[in-house]
Amino acid sequence: MPAPAQHRIIFKHIDEPGYTNDIDCYLRNGGYEVLKKAVARPPAELIDEVKKSGLRGRGGAGFPCGVKWGLVDRKSGKPIYLIVNADESEPGTFKDRYIMHQDPHQLIEGTIISCFANNVKQAYIYIRGEMPEGARILERAIAEARAKNFVGPNILGTGYSCEIYVHRGAGAYICGEETGLIESLEGKRANPRIKPPYFPAVLGLYQCPTIVNNVETLCHVRYIVEHGGEAYGKIGTPGNTGTRIFCVSGHVQRPGYYEFPAGTITMGQLLNDVCGGPLPGRTFKAVIPGGSSAKVLRFGERYKGKRKVGPDMVDYDWGVEDVPMDFDSLAMIGSMGGSGGVIVMDDTVNMVEALANINAFYSHESCGQCTPCREGSLWMKKISSRMVHGDARPQDGALLKSVADQIPGRTICAFGEACSWPTQSFIIKFKDEFDAYSEVKKTLPAERTVLV
Amino acid sequence: MNLKPETFQRIDEVITHYPVKRSATLPLLHLIQEDAGYISDEAIAWIAQKLELQLINVLEVVTFYPMFRRHPIGRRHVKVCRTLSCALKGGYKTCETFTSEFNTHLGTNHVSPDGEVTVEFVECLASCGTAPVVMIDEVLHENVDAAKAKQLSDQIKAEAKARK
Repeated sequence: MPAPAQHRIIFKHIDEPGYTNDIDCYLRNGGYEVLKKAVARPPAELIDEVKKSGLRGRGGAGFPCGVKWGLVDRKSGKPIYLIVNADESEPGTFKDRYIMHQDPHQLIEGTIISCFANNVKQAYIYIRGEMPEGARILERAIAEARAKNFVGPNILGTGYSCEIYVHRGAGAYICGEETGLIESLEGKRANPRIKPPYFPAVLGLYQCPTIVNNVETLCHVRYIVEHGGEAYGKIGTPGNTGTRIFCVSGHVQRPGYYEFPAGTITMGQLLNDVCGGPLPGRTFKAVIPGGSSAKVLRFGERYKGKRKVGPDMVDYDWGVEDVPMDFDSLAMIGSMGGSGGVIVMDDTVNMVEALANINAFYSHESCGQCTPCREGSLWMKKISSRMVHGDARPQDGALLKSVADQIPGRTICAFGEACSWPTQSFIIKFKDEFDAYSEVKKTLPAERTVLV
Repeated sequence: MNLKPETFQRIDEVITHYPVKRSATLPLLHLIQEDAGYISDEAIAWIAQKLELQLINVLEVVTFYPMFRRHPIGRRHVKVCRTLSCALKGGYKTCETFTSEFNTHLGTNHVSPDGEVTVEFVECLASCGTAPVVMIDEVLHENVDAAKAKQLSDQIKAEAKARK
């Protein structure tokens, strides 16, 4: 079956010839019309639209946005903050970059609508430090929007006021974790907070109720408020509504970003039809479907079980190519949709070396406050890079897995899971390569691509 | 502190963005590093005083975040992405091309002998679809294979020459 056509609602203007990131261009394309209508409606109605839409957060966890907004403590009398999580840093993910650089007003409009719906007077966009140009573009866009009275005091004469400031990170991946981000925004080390009690919806920024939403999620909110939650819910599949942006990188002919109705495209259609298949003369070996912490899938393996289709339970028997690219299907086969970052590896890649690359990343990025994660990620890096650069032993795979197995569930934040899943899944699925690496290593071509 | 007048202005402005002064720690560190090139002991003490914090509150932030450095680096800062998607497309070779072109070692502790360039391997720059990617100062360069790395190196050398 050929792949469905792309359906670009968030990336509608990305790479469009002649489309620029200034406010005049945005206004020519109907910009801020949704905000004008939104501020004339009761805020609760807007929250209802988002709840009805079934929108799930696009940062990685897929948590329902309407539920997140529903958890906000509105009785404490404290101010409510909204933080835009623009700390895009999960390896393999590169969607928010294009929204912020090419269509920043879409994000600002979505942010102000979300602020109005939740009675937020102050929002911050936390953008990663490595995007200085993105930060400048956003600052200019906010100034333009302020000049037109879409941001700032008494927005469009409604009496409602809201400020947005851009806050730059400084190279730490853990700032993408929402409570780490909040600590960072408070001017501290980004050590994530323990939940309970520090649920951002109740005790977030400055111990006030706080909403943290991903860049793409807020753009979806703009679309939902424009078209209604019900209409949005008809895009995609039940439980996986709207569109999903897939960021494909690694060994395919046409890497890039592609937006499809959620759940309507399979891995095989995405990689073969949309991305042009493997590079000439090569075959696909493995794919990480949702950012580098998602568990790896091995081409050739089968996934079997029962799943709900409408009211019925039906059997499924899928290869990697058959898996629908939605949150629930990917979770069912033991991985996750995460942030939509799809990293493809072909038969030239040695999986021990690929894992050593990933382990070096997580070891570098652990914030260090929980011992299992700080020490575990470091030892996983040390062992896997010793295998590549020093002596490899047949029992190293088991050793690596024993370290990985002691991390998840024993840390304050989900980084513990994120850093152990690659090791666990690589070793379960490519046990043969880990067991044989000490021998195979001698025969690997010396001119192969260095991964670590 | 010896900073440009506009840096002082931007510092005073950015502090007003937050209800709690401490939140301005990262913005102040960025502004000072952009102006002075690195974060000195004096800068840490100055920020602590400005934001009514203890020295350790600022120092612990400087040592936590990879982008802040405690000493000067080369005039040009080349950051090559090291993470998986870039590595799969030859990022290590790209990095090696820069270090050998400028006869230097990796990391912010090193500057090329001509004082011109510091080459650093950094983690994911979030542009995996155009791997390998490199940031030179504040500009992102995409699809930087070894040949393009050589070309960018030549450009940096030519610009250095023109300045002398």
